[in-house]
Amino acid sequence: MSILVIADHENGSLKAATLNVVSAAKAIGGDVEVLVVGENCGSAAEAAAKVEGVSKVLVADNAAYGHQLAENLSLLVADLGKGYSHIVASAGTTGKDFLPRVAALLDVAQISDIVAVESADTFKRPIYAGNAIATVQSSDSIKVITVRTTAFDPVAAEGGSAAVETVDSAQDAGNSAFVSAEIAKSDRPELTSATIVVSGGRGMQNGENFKMLEGIADKLGAAMGASRAAVDAGFVPNDMQVGQTGKIVAPNLYIAVGISGAIQHLAGMSGSKVIVAINKDEEAPIFQVADYGLVADLFEAVPELDAAL
Amino acid sequence: MKVLVAVKRVIDYNVKVRVKPDNTGVDLTNVKMAMNPFCEIAVEEAVRLKEKGVVSEIVVVSIGPKVAQEQVRTSLALGADRGILIETDEEVQALDVAKLLKAVVEKEQPNLVILGKQSIDSDNNQTGQMLAALTGMPQGTFASEVAVDGDKVNVTREIDGGLVTVALNMPAVVTTDLRLNEPRYASLPNIMKAKKKPLEMTSPADLSVELKPSLTTLKVEEPATRQAGIKVADVAELIDKLKNEAKVI
Ligand SMILES: Cc1cc2nc3c(=O)[nH]c(=O)nc-3n(C[C@H](O)[C@H](O)[C@H](O)COP(=O)(O)OP(=O)(O)OC[C@H]3O[C@@H](n4cnc5c(N)ncnc54)[C@H](O)[C@@H]3O)c2cc1C
Repeated sequence: MSILVIADHENGSLKAATLNVVSAAKAIGGDVEVLVVGENCGSAAEAAAKVEGVSKVLVADNAAYGHQLAENLSLLVADLGKGYSHIVASAGTTGKDFLPRVAALLDVAQISDIVAVESADTFKRPIYAGNAIATVQSSDSIKVITVRTTAFDPVAAEGGSAAVETVDSAQDAGNSAFVSAEIAKSDRPELTSATIVVSGGRGMQNGENFKMLEGIADKLGAAMGASRAAVDAGFVPNDMQVGQTGKIVAPNLYIAVGISGAIQHLAGMSGSKVIVAINKDEEAPIFQVADYGLVADLFEAVPELDAAL
Repeated sequence: MKVLVAVKRVIDYNVKVRVKPDNTGVDLTNVKMAMNPFCEIAVEEAVRLKEKGVVSEIVVVSIGPKVAQEQVRTSLALGADRGILIETDEEVQALDVAKLLKAVVEKEQPNLVILGKQSIDSDNNQTGQMLAALTGMPQGTFASEVAVDGDKVNVTREIDGGLVTVALNMPAVVTTDLRLNEPRYASLPNIMKAKKKPLEMTSPADLSVELKPSLTTLKVEEPATRQAGIKVADVAELIDKLKNEAKVI
């Protein structure tokens, strides 16, 4: 058995999610090889070679892969992937975008968003916004899988010494092009891997009021999140949405402020170790999952919390 | 220009999901069913493109049991022109859905295919991408903005880092995210009119697609449930608990 892990990387650096995906691959068992595909991604490949448990790194560095266009990535990965028993990527927006194409090109199913490995062909995955967990078995010759990174402890970023091999390939489908990007810049930790997350909901009333939460986030070294309602209302950008259709987070501490706790929101954060809810409505469903609930007006409680930290 | 929209019948998103005691699945008896919310957004986008004069015909297709005609009719009431139901009582997995849709694409030759990015039952987020791969079309997934420009379509996509815009040669596949639009409700006159719109019944066999599910669900369980914790009296107690009991700050 050999497993091909597609690395998450950005601006030449390997993203932490790759360590969780390698961890899932090790749970499947067998040789773990990592593909780094992109443009100017050599240093990410170097970093991947150092990751614990990786036996080989393949690097496909070409302008055709520069913007991670699914049309081009999928051609490459379907080609290379034929030689493996499993092809695995993180369930971030890049993996979700190109990996189903790979599965279709290989005429196999994709098993999305696994949270546990039962055996080399059997996996657990949440369905119905996490209200049920399905155990699924695949009879395909190649298993194509996306991994919910929060469900797997990362392997060590150092300690390995895999060989790096260059893949000479420029697969360009020629039917799509990158136009522009608006990438949020932040000095805070990344939402999906932060140890503390402070999230605001509709109760925040406007984007300006999110500054109150920023103060707390900065003091705690936390990432900032939001409910869908807060994003839809334009208080904060879409990359902050936590939930069934946003990001999945599982920090040590999740602080939900002015969030009611709809099932679609819980789907994204109920794996957190400790949950704090601040809400003025004592009946709010968020209190059913909160370890510590504070029934209070957030406009009084948040400044107090900020002052006390 | 012609648009094909795929819609799925799923459990209504407000319904509390219950796992069957024998762990074979989720209990769907007497449960309210509806169109998948992301599919509603797909239909709405097609209708808006038609209202702008960009699109001349909207064909909507669904796959499922006979009752899924309801969701096709709803789409017709929202403004689609013609419906197709690929009737089957079998469980149809994402790759087979994509193969069935490919057969429809070959027949209908749409310039654009719009689907929801995921269905709220299986949460797979695969079908649009698979259809695009099988037909060789480019894809704009998780779309928050769609703008047709000549023989290209510009799609703004919601990604983990923010937003990215891609230009796709048509024919192309678009999958919808939540912020693409806010779907309208069907008006009573339009619901009446929809009853007269054509709805073609077909089947996987008619389309020469053999269903070959490769995934078997061995069991379905309740997730580990969290216990509600305690209420703290004030901010001071909260900080004390976080520091000394939970030890997370
Ligand atoms: C298909 C689909 C997918 C979805 N995906 C997601 C998703 O990924 N993520 C997500 O979050 N949602 C998602 N939703 C939306 C979800 O159903 C809820 O609508 C949303 O989570 C509500 O956000 P909220 O809690 O901020 O707002 P509300 O439900 O309006 O809650 C606001 C809360 O703030 C409290 N509040 C107000 N003022 C104050 C104050 N001064 N002090 C203290 N508390 C106050 C109120 O008591 C209330 O509990 C999805 C919905 C659908 C249909």
